[in-house]
Amino acid sequence: MEALMNWLEAQLADNSIFTLQTLSYYGDGLVTTVQLVFLSLIIGVVLAVPLAIGRGSKKAWVRLPIFFYCYVFRGTPLLVQLYLIYYGVVFVEGIQDTWLWVLLEKPFVPALIAFTLNTGAYTTEIFRGAIKSTPKGEIEAARAYGMSWGLMMRRIVLPSAFRRALPAYGNEVIFMLHASAIASVVTLMDLTGAARFVYARFYAPFDAFLFVAAIYLCLTFSIIFFFRRLENRLLAHLKPAGN
Amino acid sequence: MIDLQGYGPRLFEGALITIELAVLSLLLAIVLGLLTASAKMSRHWGLRQLGTLYTTLIRGVPDLVLMMLLFFGGQIGINMVTDWLYDQFDVDIFINVNEFVAGVGTIGLIFGAYMGETFRGAFMAVDSGQIEAGRAYGMKPWLLFRRIRFPQMMRHALPGLSNNWMVLLKTTALVSVIGLSDMVRVASEASKATREPFTFMIIVAIIYLLIASVSEWGFARLQKRYDIGYGEAN
Repeated sequence: MEALMNWLEAQLADNSIFTLQTLSYYGDGLVTTVQLVFLSLIIGVVLAVPLAIGRGSKKAWVRLPIFFYCYVFRGTPLLVQLYLIYYGVVFVEGIQDTWLWVLLEKPFVPALIAFTLNTGAYTTEIFRGAIKSTPKGEIEAARAYGMSWGLMMRRIVLPSAFRRALPAYGNEVIFMLHASAIASVVTLMDLTGAARFVYARFYAPFDAFLFVAAIYLCLTFSIIFFFRRLENRLLAHLKPAGN
Repeated sequence: MIDLQGYGPRLFEGALITIELAVLSLLLAIVLGLLTASAKMSRHWGLRQLGTLYTTLIRGVPDLVLMMLLFFGGQIGINMVTDWLYDQFDVDIFINVNEFVAGVGTIGLIFGAYMGETFRGAFMAVDSGQIEAGRAYGMKPWLLFRRIRFPQMMRHALPGLSNNWMVLLKTTALVSVIGLSDMVRVASEASKATREPFTFMIIVAIIYLLIASVSEWGFARLQKRYDIGYGEAN
């Protein structure tokens, strides 16, 4: 490790912008971005599965609020949602006296809430479409076996729906990675935040932003690669024969 | 009634800027998208690679990063070019990048890549017999494009186009970060000044929902128009 650091320092000796100091900003930014995206995606999925099931409910009081949630969060810019939560949370009566304030004071948690609600809405729609396109024969077969609704959902509908949702969900993950750049607007030091800092410090837009663009590009390609592998594995039975 | 504390007119102006920005960027994106789709389906290897490079790079990087790169870097880049022109040829020109133009250029450039993919798929979905028939009538490429390929392509492209438009509309909110006074910027300034973020941000959210709903209706009408001649089942 020591040798590596020395080598890196020697390599960067002539470079006034990309020093170990600024590189560590980018490194911390990468960690923040990955944390933010990963956490919001995980919580978003947990949120989306019951919502997607409820979105197709016969009862209007279950279906309509979920429809409204999806409509609003998919129809407005993430930036507006983030502003609303980040600036709005301060004005909730008495919140500054509770333990919640410790979390909400910093931009990370409000950003996480906004991103989670946003990706939750998109993911609900993706899962909804996948659940809706379950072949009717599979459901009839499950009923014929005397499966209860819960068992049918768990064993028949959801597993195949998740597989069908995979390509669209892969796009959503990439979309979320790109959307996370918006977090830098509320002073969060994510990857883009680091780039903006370096830009402001050295007035070198090309160096600062091209470098960060390259990192995002690498992340995007890794996500694409990962999902392609996953699709090859999980959707193998849907491929045309002899391929 | 909601008290806008005098920010009403500015919010309205901001909404107009958002709409103008979105519509102009959409036009630029459509032109770029058609060019990209043509490049990607071209016989020339170089053009195909260029098209692929453009769509891959643009779609792999966040909009906000591209916007900042082009917006902050654009002026420096143009200054470099004009300086070089001055040194070499003694031509003295000064180009100042206006925020609005930069915004339209950036959003158009980003969504041109997405449009390119949409159009390419749609062009390929047009029955090749139609194109052969057009050629057999002696149509020149431009006439063939205008009368046969474009109208039939649009039927397949519209769902993707309407999707891209919805994303584009929401992306315009990002220009507030680089200093354009669109409605999001007005609302965020107003909420800081009046300490009432809910009032202004919710109004902005409702305006976005309204624009989205109206355009959804418009696209449904357009789809009906381009579906003429196809059965209900389509």
